[in-house]
This record gives sequence, C-alpha cells and structure tokens, in this order.
Amino acid sequence: MTTTHSAEADAPEFPMPRAARCPFDPPPEAKAKQEEGPLARVRLWDGRTPWLVTRYAEQRALMADPRVSSDIRRPGYPSPAPVTGEGSKISFILMDDPEHARLRRMVTAPFAVRRVAAMRPAIQKIVDDLIDEMLAGPKPVDLVEAFALPVPSLVICELLGVPYSDHDFFQDNSKVMIRQTTAVEQRQAAIGALAAYLDELVGAKLTEPGDDLLSGLASRVEAGELTRAEAAQMGVLLLVAGHETTANMIALGTLALLEHPEQLARLRDTDDEKLVSTAVEELLRYLNITHNGRRRVATEDIEIAGETIKAGEGIILANDIGNRDPEVFADPDRLDVGRDARRHIAFGFGVHQCLGQSLARLELQVVYSTLYRRIPTLRAATELDEIPFKHDGAVYGVYELPVTW
Amino acid sequence: MKVVVDEDRCCGAGSCAMVAPEVFDQREDDGIVVLLDAEPTDGLRATVREAADLCPAGAITLGDA
Repeated sequence: MTTTHSAEADAPEFPMPRAARCPFDPPPEAKAKQEEGPLARVRLWDGRTPWLVTRYAEQRALMADPRVSSDIRRPGYPSPAPVTGEGSKISFILMDDPEHARLRRMVTAPFAVRRVAAMRPAIQKIVDDLIDEMLAGPKPVDLVEAFALPVPSLVICELLGVPYSDHDFFQDNSKVMIRQTTAVEQRQAAIGALAAYLDELVGAKLTEPGDDLLSGLASRVEAGELTRAEAAQMGVLLLVAGHETTANMIALGTLALLEHPEQLARLRDTDDEKLVSTAVEELLRYLNITHNGRRRVATEDIEIAGETIKAGEGIILANDIGNRDPEVFADPDRLDVGRDARRHIAFGFGVHQCLGQSLARLELQVVYSTLYRRIPTLRAATELDEIPFKHDGAVYGVYELPVTW
Repeated sequence: MKVVVDEDRCCGAGSCAMVAPEVFDQREDDGIVVLLDAEPTDGLRATVREAADLCPAGAITLGDA
C-alpha cells in the first residue's frame, strides 16, 4: 500500500539524537513519535526500516509475545550494528526458547533474590572501602574510575570467580565491545580476546574448581551439558553485562541526583530502606540506560494497535520512551525518588528480562544509600556541558564524572 | 485468592520473590519459582497481584479461592 511505502520512505534514522542540555531525557523526536501513535517506522544504519514501538502497553505486550523472536540469526532481525558472531559465539540473550531457557537456567541460581540478598554485607564493605580510598586521595577525582566502575567489577568478579587484578583488560575490551561506533574488526577482536580469556579461566576451574559461577559452568562442561565455548561465551556475557550496566547507573544516577538536589537530599537524609529501593526503581525508569531499544523480529503476522507487523519484520521496543509514557507514569519527565516506579521496563520484559536485576538493584541500593551520606558535600567538579556522555554506547552513561567535596 | 505458577514458563527473574517473599521463593539449583503459599490471606492480595503483574514470563495465574 502506498501509505506504508511512504511511511518507510520517510522513516527517520534510529537511534535518534538527544536534545542538547537534556542529557537525561530520551530523544525529543522519539517522544514526538510516541505522541503520534504506538507504532512508527524508523531507518537503521543498514537501510532497514523496522517498526519502532513507542508506548509502554504495546512494548510490554510484544516483549512477552511468543510470536516475537530475539534470534539475531533470523534475516529480519534489526541489529544495532553489523553482526559479528555466529554459531557458538552468540549468547543466549540473542536466542529463543528452548535453546535460550536451557542456557539461561544454568546461570540463574546465583542471581536469585535470596542468594543475592546474602551478598549485602560484602557489597557494603566494597562500597565503604572505595569511599575510604576516595576520601583519602586527591580531589577532584573521576567518580567513574574511582568508584562507579570498581563497585560492580569487584562484585561480579567475586561472583564469577574472575581475578579482579585483570580489570584493566576486561574493562577496556568491554568498552570497545559495546561502543556502537566500534568497527566490525575491532569488535570482533575485543570479543575474541574476552572469549579467549574466559575460556582459559573455565579451563583453570576444570582442574581447580572454586565456589563460584565459572566453576559451576566448568562442572557442566565436564558433565557434557555445555561445550567449553558456550561456557566461555556465557562468562563473557555475565562479566560485561555485570559491570558495564551497573557502573553507568551509579555514575549517571549520581549526576542526575546532583542535578536534582532536592531529590538527592531525600535520599541522603533517609533511614528508610523502602525509600531507597523506591529511588532505585525510579532512577532505573528515569535513566533507562539501555537506550537503543530491545530488538526483536516477528515470526508471524501480529495485529496490534490497528497495524499489522508482518512475519519477518523487525521490531524495536523503545523502552526509554516506554518508561516515560504518560499513560503509565504521571508527569513522566519528572524525577521523583518517592514515586512507585516498579512497573518500569528498564530491565526489559518477557523471558529475556535481565537475569542480573536482583544484583543490580542491591548494588544500587547500597551505593545510593551510602555514597551521599558519607560524602554529603559531593558535587560535580565541572559544568554539565563539559561532561562526556555515552551517546554512542549500547549502554548510556558518562565516560567520566569529575567530582569533588 | 488462589495462586498457580507455571515452572516451565518461569525465567527466574525473581520479581515475585522480591515483591511477595511470603508467597514466592526460588529453587536453589536453578532459580525457578517455588510457590510457598497457594492460598495467601487477604492481606497479601495487593502484593500477590503486583507479583503476577510484574512477572515477565506470565508464569503466575490468579483465581478465586
């Protein structure tokens, strides 16, 4: 039909740019699309024109719809960058059930709510020790380097059984891997380096198992349930996802709070654990750092919101604007740490919803309830427009955040 | 209120155990849902409803007791 044709011809480029001086808000063009309707066409780097799903209700419905696939190997999949992996190099987040469920269930237990809750004292100590070091050191200091990156890196290293002394290596390669502007060969090299590193670690755990997640995977390799390449691939996924995302929430969340001092004060001055966890949910909603949408492809025709998404067409669920949908969150562009935001979809929805969400929540609860209380005069040591934001990142955040007190 | 869980659909995200730990837990070996109380009291209605709503896999079904 001509209307569809012209909608595709006029499709705006995606991802869309954020507005200058509004680093916490989603792109205005995306918000405008949301106001126009629940579905729009957008154009990707490779010329494809998948559907952009703009509203919370349709996003949630589609992420839970069995006719919607996460399999990157399907031809219509709207990949955010050239696809580099094949076969065993693809992680389970880019597969469908039952393949996905089989692999995910092998690593779910350590992230269960009660298991994670038991880590609270250890995480509190990591946070307190890093703050001690910051306070004893020179200022201004880069909060990303001194605090935001080390907290989740130390935690995930402990959980996986990765030596933290290798953090420069895995942090550098993770950065290259998730930057959208990284050239294909460079990304391949970074993923290859991380996979080789994790493969070696899994090998070491085969002979000398410990009480950690990689040792658990090694024993499954031994039992023939998993290939060593699959185990290494899962290790890469958990290591990268385990530190990059939370690190960005810590640094960007701190900056957002510094820019909203009345909200920061509520968090700093409370003993109420409930308010702290409410604040974490609200910051997850408000910042939605996985800002390039969840990517899917339809396996059957899907009638939704008066349109037909045809089998084989790509779908992008823009959860950043879904989390700013006024139908679900009143006055959605306001940061309100007391708001009940638990329905947010910052962790996605459907069977692919973030595996590490309990751990992320706990780390953020400990950080947000400790950092501002222990350094009550914490402030940015530079102007907002001097701060380098990760516009080119698969995960949004700041590259550095100079702070003083 | 009657609660039914579908272990095959569960993806172990843990939302239910976070929201309503009196009613839901997770298996030790693979994080899959464990139903602790299939007929929770009226006082737990709201939290159990929220748990069902938040379940990303649609693995929790509620009915009348």
